[in-house]
Amino acid sequence: MDTGDTAWVLASSALVLLMTPGLAFFYGGMVRSKSVLNMMMMSLGAIGVVGVLWVLVGYSTAFGTDVGAGLLGKPFEFFGLDGLLGKESLSGTIPTTVFVSFQAMFAIITVALISGAIADRARFGPWLLFAGLWALVVYFPVAHWVFDFDGKDEAGNVVDPGGWIANDLLAIDFAGGTAVHINAGAAGLALALVLGKRVGWPKDRMKPHSLPLVVLGAGLLWFGWFGFNAGSALGANSTAGVTFINTTVATAAAMLAWLLVERVRDGHATTLGAASGVVAGLVAITPACSSVTPLGAIAVGAITGALCALAVSLKYRFGFDDSLDVVGVHLVGGLSGTVLIGLFASDAAPAGINGLFYGGGVDQLWRQVVGAAAVLAYSFVLSLVLGYLVKLTVGFRADEEAEVGGIDEAEHAETAYEFGSGLAGSRGSAKPSVAAGASAVLEGSN
Amino acid sequence: MKLVTAIIKPFTLDDVKTSLEQLGVLGMTVSEVQGYGRQKGHTEVYRGAEYAVDFVPKLRVEVLIDDAAVDKVLDAVVEAARTGKIGDGKVWVTPVETVIRVRTGERGTDAL
Repeated sequence: MDTGDTAWVLASSALVLLMTPGLAFFYGGMVRSKSVLNMMMMSLGAIGVVGVLWVLVGYSTAFGTDVGAGLLGKPFEFFGLDGLLGKESLSGTIPTTVFVSFQAMFAIITVALISGAIADRARFGPWLLFAGLWALVVYFPVAHWVFDFDGKDEAGNVVDPGGWIANDLLAIDFAGGTAVHINAGAAGLALALVLGKRVGWPKDRMKPHSLPLVVLGAGLLWFGWFGFNAGSALGANSTAGVTFINTTVATAAAMLAWLLVERVRDGHATTLGAASGVVAGLVAITPACSSVTPLGAIAVGAITGALCALAVSLKYRFGFDDSLDVVGVHLVGGLSGTVLIGLFASDAAPAGINGLFYGGGVDQLWRQVVGAAAVLAYSFVLSLVLGYLVKLTVGFRADEEAEVGGIDEAEHAETAYEFGSGLAGSRGSAKPSVAAGASAVLEGSN
Repeated sequence: MKLVTAIIKPFTLDDVKTSLEQLGVLGMTVSEVQGYGRQKGHTEVYRGAEYAVDFVPKLRVEVLIDDAAVDKVLDAVVEAARTGKIGDGKVWVTPVETVIRVRTGERGTDAL
């Protein structure tokens, strides 16, 4: 065990957890004021459901002993993390429980990302049901494909076979361009189709209610993303250093590229564009941060930033209400980052592979394309199935009255903001039976 | 007595208030309102999608004055609120039957 590595991965795990509340702000600011709480609750709900499932069966399904063909691990092998708590249980140079914690946060944020596609109209209970089903059927197996590398003994023989994309296809996905972003993006597209358009969309354009919240969320995401990418080095080492600087510079380039597209196309560089460009850049560099040089990272970021800025208009052309552009940013950004590895990979970077532009031919490029396409297809089809399953059993969507009146009030009996002159508080009468401690507060406001 | 109601651009409020104070107008009521006139609204762009914002934020200023002061007050408000650009607002005058000061019960011009 290496204490430096352990400390860094523990800190990274906390950073990645913070991304999900960060995402709640990022998404929450983009919806209308009557549905911001429901938007944030979908992220918090993902923490709840996926956090518990991960310890029960998620880790085993993703990282347990392969059941065959690299498709998934034995789901109950480490049920409740049984057998992983001892001092001797290591994953590389860190305790297994530290690796389990780090990967738990990936599962959580991936599920939370999907929720942006169904803003303003999904009932909370059915969302939790979908989140759990999707984690079990889609995320845990796909994480096995992509993140579970073969365990080898000292002679180099495979003693613990892992997932097929990581070990057989040999596609490079350092921190989750396929498993996280293409996966969540394809699921978002499927759910947007299952739930249908919001009332009034696209005729009534639904503008973001708080851009400062969006910027706060983008900032928290970027901060947490250093744990996501540099933490995926699973050690405090030079790979962590390269991925850290690549995460910085690709994101900066993507933001500039998004703003440039806006300035040319719309006439203004916008705050929402800057925040969106940041996330697009982070998405793109996620798979690529270990395999490109900083100059390659600038190219990956800039290309993806511009591409995503254009891709967010696709929903109007094709008529699907992907409310907060999970497809335009995560699916397109994830595809872009994953495939561009095949062009910009350089053996000067830790992964040690050359892409097409560095004399490596098309060998890595086709591996990247196959890996991306496989995750896209699997996630889209299974998400459609699970989405319809939820829709046809318990119902997924809020009724029209709840949606128009505000899903926060209908689903959570809360509203985010007190509007107006302050007279609103004195209109209703408080029920003093709520709790003994609350009565003093209620009296004070009357 | 007259009620003068002015719809103005929010940033002109200080100038309007100062001019009215100089004329000896002792009170005013201000509210934040939204609306449009011939200038219509404006457009905003979010992720490339244009949003027409129909209602522009304005302030509604209301002052109660004596009949004799109407012309001077109107001139002062119009001059202070005018920028010469579209969307400067409107001012109108309505007759008021009576006014009562709540604290003392004074009526009519004594209550102004």
